[in-house]
Amino acid sequence: MATVAAPEQKQEPTVVEFDVRTDEMLVNMGPQHPSTHGVLRLVLRTDGEVISEVTPHLGYLHRCAEKIGENVTPIQFIPYTDRMDYLAGMNMNLGYSLAVEKLCGMKVPEKANVIRVLIAELNRIASHLVGMGAYGLDLGTFSPFLYAFREREMILDLFEEVCGARLTYSYITIGGVHDDLPPGWVERCREFLNYLKPRIAEYHALLTTNHIFVKRTANIGVLPKELALAYGCTGPMLRGSLDRRQGDPDWDLRKIEPYCGYETYDFNVVVPPFDDRWGWRAPEGTVLGDAWHRFMVRMLEVVESIRICEQALDRYPHAQGAHRIEPPRHLPAGEAYRETECPRGQMGFYVVGAPGKGAVPLRVRARSSSFCNLSVTNEICRGCLIADVPAIVGSIDIVMGEIDR
Amino acid sequence: MTAADIIALLEQQFGSRIQSKNLEAIDPFVVVDAADLLDVCRFLKEDSRLHFDVLNCISGVDYLELDPKKAPKAGFDPHMEVVYHLSSFRHRHRFVVKVMLPRWKDNKPGELPEVPSVTSLWPTANWHEREVYDLSGIWFTGHPQLTRILLAEDWVGHPLRKDYEYPLEYHGIRGR
Repeated sequence: MATVAAPEQKQEPTVVEFDVRTDEMLVNMGPQHPSTHGVLRLVLRTDGEVISEVTPHLGYLHRCAEKIGENVTPIQFIPYTDRMDYLAGMNMNLGYSLAVEKLCGMKVPEKANVIRVLIAELNRIASHLVGMGAYGLDLGTFSPFLYAFREREMILDLFEEVCGARLTYSYITIGGVHDDLPPGWVERCREFLNYLKPRIAEYHALLTTNHIFVKRTANIGVLPKELALAYGCTGPMLRGSLDRRQGDPDWDLRKIEPYCGYETYDFNVVVPPFDDRWGWRAPEGTVLGDAWHRFMVRMLEVVESIRICEQALDRYPHAQGAHRIEPPRHLPAGEAYRETECPRGQMGFYVVGAPGKGAVPLRVRARSSSFCNLSVTNEICRGCLIADVPAIVGSIDIVMGEIDR
Repeated sequence: MTAADIIALLEQQFGSRIQSKNLEAIDPFVVVDAADLLDVCRFLKEDSRLHFDVLNCISGVDYLELDPKKAPKAGFDPHMEVVYHLSSFRHRHRFVVKVMLPRWKDNKPGELPEVPSVTSLWPTANWHEREVYDLSGIWFTGHPQLTRILLAEDWVGHPLRKDYEYPLEYHGIRGR
């Protein structure tokens, strides 16, 4: 904790002031924030307990992945995308693959698309489970974290069977997926989904309807829709601020700019209010766009992802084509920008092919969703108490690996 | 609105201030001069037919072929590009605006080329421009606080420049 001395005020020695003056204080939070979001340092300018400014300091996990991307071929870059958002490696692989495929004009077979959707949605579930558990940690409860990791462990086991890795998969690759699903995997995946479905009620009992949890998250870090759009917030962060009753669209790239055949799947985009489609009424005290709404969007997205997974499992046995096609050896000249809906928001990859038809791209740019989501912190933390800062930053559900790249 | 309609609207509004356009590209784009960038962006954001209220991404791209033998065949002259990816929440269309810059201002190595900041239009540009400044070395005039964001404050150079030299030492930490 660091204090900044207030400037010495020149006073007449005879004048005695009895007024109580409050000093502004700089409080340093981090760089090791006690949660799994990564290494983030916040410098809070406070007036007593009230925050007047939050300055996030980034870059502790910076590896200049974009520079690496200019020196390796697209397939060699896939493992680096895993290490961006390490909680949703599959979704990162998918985003980069789609960008390169857009540049090359490749069309991926149906079977590869079905596996991609299935795997990406499983990873979304795993990522939201961690988001839920880590958010509990931020608020000072440990047990939801253990339950979340128990279920996530099963997803990791499924992934391990598919690709041999548990965190950095490099499974989805350019032209499809690296391997076909192993025999018996579909049944085991279905078994897991049937196991997971009743567990969701437990999480709701632990957190969503918990009186203390609601008190900590309701009306905290309220993000109006206009502010969210101005700061480029996406994903659950933006959707928690939308209102279907006001005519806001279901803002989810899987619906509005479908890729991998998402348009053929039956699922809902989670946008408040939650009472008609999901039967959840927002507790008293919560307002649209607060931390509770963001949390709830993630919880309900798990339910929707399970639905997509089940449909993909039904389709898999009949899906046509191979699981992978050979990508071209050289990148064509030109540039392509592709955004995908990752668990934390819209992750964009911008790939520029060199005019000389090289094997390596001229430029790789990753538009990070958490980067934009975090940039709004100062706006939504202003005026709140120090104790609410972890609750707000936790509700953004950032992963620093993706922000710092 | 399709990209062709957007470009037609822009040409109608700005005429020859739109330096060039490319409709055949995968993501069609227009190129504007740095001096016209703010006007074009304000029109793109505020015109009700376009309404680009979301700035998705700002990227700096360095076009430079280091190998002098390959340089004549590289297919481009050395220059920098700043690429703005925009999208509209209401109309759901996307568009790309580019600004071409010399690699160094007035061809003096070390002098960063300048672009006006669009932070006043899209607050999200604040951090994106800091990142582009930090990594690609482009100076955004009018930015409220243009400091490094990902690298350390005392870092030398801009790593995404093609001619960036890797430091051999940083505060006693050996590089290479």
